[in-house]
Amino acid sequence: MGENFDYKTAPDPAMMGDPSGPEPSRRGFLFWLGAALNAIVGLAIAVPVVGYIISPWKSGGWQKWTPLGNADKYPKGQTRLTSYVNPFRTPWDGYTADTPCYVRRMPSGDFTVFAINCTHLGCPVRWFPESNLFMCPCHGGVYYADGSHAAGPPPRGLYTYETRIKNGELQIKAGRLPTLQQSA
Amino acid sequence: MKNPILNWFESRLHLAETMGPSITHPVPRSAKWWYVFGSMTLVLFMCQIVTGISLSLMYVPSADQAFASLNYITFQAEMGWFLRAMHVWGSHLMVAFMTIHMIQVFLFGAFKYPRELTWIIGVLLFVCTLGMAFTGQVLRWDQDSYWGFSVGMSMAGRVPWIGPGLVHFVLGGAIIGGEALTRFFALHVFVLPASLFGLIGVHLLLVIKKGINEKPTPGVLIDKNTYEEKYHDLVKKRGMPFFPNAAGRDMIATGLTLALMLVCAMMLGPSGPSGEPNPTFIETAPRPDFYFQSIFAVLALLPPYMETFLILGFPVLAGATLILLPFLSGGGEKSWRRRPISVIFVLALMLSLGTLTLLGYQSPWSPVMNAWSGIPTPIKYVKGRTPLELQGAIVVQNKQCRNCHMLDGRGGQRGPALDDVASRLNGDQLIRQVIQGGGNMPAYGKNLSPEETTALTAFLSTLTNEWEHEPPSGYPMKPRPTQDPVPPFLPDS
Repeated sequence: MGENFDYKTAPDPAMMGDPSGPEPSRRGFLFWLGAALNAIVGLAIAVPVVGYIISPWKSGGWQKWTPLGNADKYPKGQTRLTSYVNPFRTPWDGYTADTPCYVRRMPSGDFTVFAINCTHLGCPVRWFPESNLFMCPCHGGVYYADGSHAAGPPPRGLYTYETRIKNGELQIKAGRLPTLQQSA
Repeated sequence: MKNPILNWFESRLHLAETMGPSITHPVPRSAKWWYVFGSMTLVLFMCQIVTGISLSLMYVPSADQAFASLNYITFQAEMGWFLRAMHVWGSHLMVAFMTIHMIQVFLFGAFKYPRELTWIIGVLLFVCTLGMAFTGQVLRWDQDSYWGFSVGMSMAGRVPWIGPGLVHFVLGGAIIGGEALTRFFALHVFVLPASLFGLIGVHLLLVIKKGINEKPTPGVLIDKNTYEEKYHDLVKKRGMPFFPNAAGRDMIATGLTLALMLVCAMMLGPSGPSGEPNPTFIETAPRPDFYFQSIFAVLALLPPYMETFLILGFPVLAGATLILLPFLSGGGEKSWRRRPISVIFVLALMLSLGTLTLLGYQSPWSPVMNAWSGIPTPIKYVKGRTPLELQGAIVVQNKQCRNCHMLDGRGGQRGPALDDVASRLNGDQLIRQVIQGGGNMPAYGKNLSPEETTALTAFLSTLTNEWEHEPPSGYPMKPRPTQDPVPPFLPDS
């Protein structure tokens, strides 16, 4: 051993078996059998793994009627910032499950509920009751009180939630992050 | 080997036998200080691994605990703030030196034959590193991180057809919350580092197998038939072993790099955490880390019709161009002295990136959200004004005009400064601009009473640069006295 160690000649030739191995046809069969076996179990592993990873990939859904409190707490003719707890929350979401939104109650009593996200790139817009404008702090998008586009880069007006009144309670159909191809 | 202990290991590991030729592979003598940037990037990556693993001892990748654990690391854990500072400055410097390394390789023609694959792997390393930077920014689970994530998802949501599905896939659900953070944690600590390790291995293997690019001589063109033969001849005859001869420069450079990282960390400290990632706290103006400031700027300045194309198309185009570069220009001249277009391209790229980054920090397009309530009306603009004009000054403040318009150098820069607005617009034009808006200004018609409009235009009409200065001698016009009756504004009735 040591400096003169030659690993090429070290093992006893008797331990290596017949140097030519199995018959060529049998060798080929074993190789392909082994490859096929591994491909099958590989697929059996890959299907659940990939399914697990891509399971959130769905474009529809993620919407549920969510309460925004008693409808009467929103004064007529005003727009108020409020928030709801996301209906699809996980127990470890913490405060990220709380989602802000703007409730606009018309003098007639009808409701419009706007998502907080600017339609340009999703930053939180801020409501200024003095000038009746929503302004975005990121790239300067501005919207009118009815949510329509007033100035800046946003490609459309604010996202709105579907609303309904049930037993005197204001509810919105909410649950997902609004993006350009899929409103709130 | 004389040492029996080393010999015992060597006879089992065969390290010197396998690694020796790689470490001492000959490199061209012309490889001087220009060639150290790759090593600088690599040493920063190794340091990121060390500081990253250390931070993972205390960081809790859970949406409800991450912010608290970050604060614990920063303010309570022994040297925790310094670990976070090293990790963030290591990341900044890694992006910076990797960019310099890439520019050097580009200008010295090292991406050309036969080192095309080395370049392509390098491009993938660059992409993975930017991915590490973005995912790392998300793991700093604070207000900026939350809204930065929101911006990223708004971009992903624009992808044709698959946009919404993609958003939910990345988020791991419907909202930016617990499952989104763990997905990015898995990317940041498992998927991307493993990819980086693998790619760095191939990158270094290629560096050894294909050799370090010799310093190009202007006028010497690449001949694909003879290049490799000539190169091996060159390094065999006039080269030097990488270790220890050339490694000296690299070690000095890596030492200085780490020292720079330490100094930055010590003097400038960690990044954030800013406010807690509570989406209901909307009093925030999200800003990205420095390497994304240029993108932030470009998204404010682009005309809207180009936006979706540039958000989605530009990264694909840029990536494809970088990967195809060695095939588009794989031969010919290597020296930058004979490649003027390449030099102009690099200069233009650096200038535009630099300008956009600077603009990103200034962000003149963003309204200053508290200017209307936080910045006073300059005294000189209320001196000697009539009660009507003073009412107008109050309208300017109360209607958030100053969020977008400066007075005396303070306020937003979205719209033009109002200090001399009456020199540009007469009374009727002022009324029209305020009522109808236009030129990226919202129409205030519905939001101002006729009285407010009258007062506002009365005040704005006093804002003229003639007010402060005496007219030049012989100039017939006198400054307008403030007592001028202002025609009342009456809506059509």
